[in-house]
Amino acid sequence: MSTYWKANQRRLAPWLFLAPGLLMFAVYVIIPIFQSIWISFYDWDGLGEAKWIGTANYVELTTDPNMVTSFKNNLIWLALYMLAVPAGLFIAIFLNQTVRGIRLYKSLFFFPFVISQVVVGLIFSWFYAPNFGLLYNVIEWATGQGVAILADPDLVTYGIIAAGLWPQIAYVMILYLTGLNNVAPDQIEAARLDGAKGWRMLWYVIIPQLRPATFIAVVVTVIGALRSFDLVSIMTNGGPFGSSRVLSYYMYEKALSEYGYRMGYGAAIAVVLFAIMMVFISGFIWKMWRDENDR
Amino acid sequence: MFPRPIQQTSQTSQWLYTIALPVALFLWLFPLIGVAVTSLRPASDLAQGNYFGMPSYIAFENYADVFRNTPMARYILNSFVVTIPTVIGAVTLSLMTGFALAVYKFRSNLILFFLFVAGNFVPFQILMVPVRDLTLDLGMYNTWYGLALFHIAFQTGFCTLFMRNFIKALPFELIEAARVEGVAEWRIFWYIVLPLMRPAIAALSVLIFTFIWNDFFWATVLTSSPETQPITAGLSSLNGQWVAAWHLVSAGSILAALPPVAMFFLMQKHFIAGLTLGAVK
Repeated sequence: MSTYWKANQRRLAPWLFLAPGLLMFAVYVIIPIFQSIWISFYDWDGLGEAKWIGTANYVELTTDPNMVTSFKNNLIWLALYMLAVPAGLFIAIFLNQTVRGIRLYKSLFFFPFVISQVVVGLIFSWFYAPNFGLLYNVIEWATGQGVAILADPDLVTYGIIAAGLWPQIAYVMILYLTGLNNVAPDQIEAARLDGAKGWRMLWYVIIPQLRPATFIAVVVTVIGALRSFDLVSIMTNGGPFGSSRVLSYYMYEKALSEYGYRMGYGAAIAVVLFAIMMVFISGFIWKMWRDENDR
Repeated sequence: MFPRPIQQTSQTSQWLYTIALPVALFLWLFPLIGVAVTSLRPASDLAQGNYFGMPSYIAFENYADVFRNTPMARYILNSFVVTIPTVIGAVTLSLMTGFALAVYKFRSNLILFFLFVAGNFVPFQILMVPVRDLTLDLGMYNTWYGLALFHIAFQTGFCTLFMRNFIKALPFELIEAARVEGVAEWRIFWYIVLPLMRPAIAALSVLIFTFIWNDFFWATVLTSSPETQPITAGLSSLNGQWVAAWHLVSAGSILAALPPVAMFFLMQKHFIAGLTLGAVK
């Protein structure tokens, strides 16, 4: 035993180090993905007998009007969430100075990211609340007519996205602040001597150097947009009339809420969301893989 | 440095910048300031329509009310009970996985690494039904350890990414020299690598603490009663009971936000080092 161990130590050691983490990760993350895909072919209430129904759940999805709303909202989330990237860059540039107290300013600007989305959702619900909320009153004062954003089916999704953008911009900002710190000063000086400044400097000199920060910013923003469960749940419960549903919330509603325990149907929605996410994840992994092999 | 340091610009723009900073910050934190003020406004002010004026007095009683009439203290305790073991568990597991993936060359190394990375990005919903079933089957539904076990497993993905890259950046000669001396592999891990991991452990701990404290989805899926619900889930159910009692909702929100905010301000450097991983090369 001891000689075998001595001879093969370096071959066995990685697996022993990996075993606990890999086991946990497999049991709670990797295997459940496949189980979900499997469950999506069943009609199952979570308790009784599960009945194989083939692709019936997916067929039903294609004609489910709530699914269309959720899907459309997910696209809106994804598109508008991307605003966090330029907005975060803008604030980072604004704050990238060395004046007195700037460190505190940076931390305070970052603040929204640290607090829970549940709290962010409550803060914005208060902000939008009819009669009472600050924004409602500002709009009423400006136009004479208040708008109850969270009760308006046409505006509600935008209202929730605005709430989500608040912490997301803060996150992107901190990524860019670190990035700006690492931009090569000699290149900036050289470009200055060549007469580059303002937008041209930003576009041709700074942004190319911020590529690693931009990559991470896009990754976390896409993931954030598609994970949009907390805010919808806290602010509207998908309402009014289901108009602010997104896939992640609709899935939960179908599988685990008072609307019924349709595990199979919920799993099918999750598979669709997973497929969308996989498109992005494959892209990220492909890029990381390339970087890894370049090194 | 970009943009041009403000000290090198005209007097007027320096003045403008000095004014713009606090104004921008005020606008940025406006909703938060509003909620903080509301949390200290007496209920009588709200009843009389004094929503935005000066509060007639500072009403700490809102906070006292929250503690007295709701299980808020219990929720806060539950959050700690789930969060702290998760931090310890995820950091421990990922120190080992990160070490294995950074130090050893074997065929499936990169594939396993990307499996952890990719798993970390999947939507929670694809895991929801099986993980809930598993937790029920193990008799861990609505317990703190049922929730913590899932969190440990899931966070191991992100933590492995972090630890592996950190160990990769350490000087490999250290490990090679030890091997030449005939030091056993686990001793290399324990005596050579681990002492160098302090900054990484600190960064990940604050980050995971915040992530888990703020988790809402899994708290709703895996817990159901005030005895085990963490504060995010608790606050959500209280919000349902306190219809438009905004002074209480605000006080509850501020309470829920405090621990991660305190963590952030105390450990700022580590926190940002953790978040910006990979953004700097």
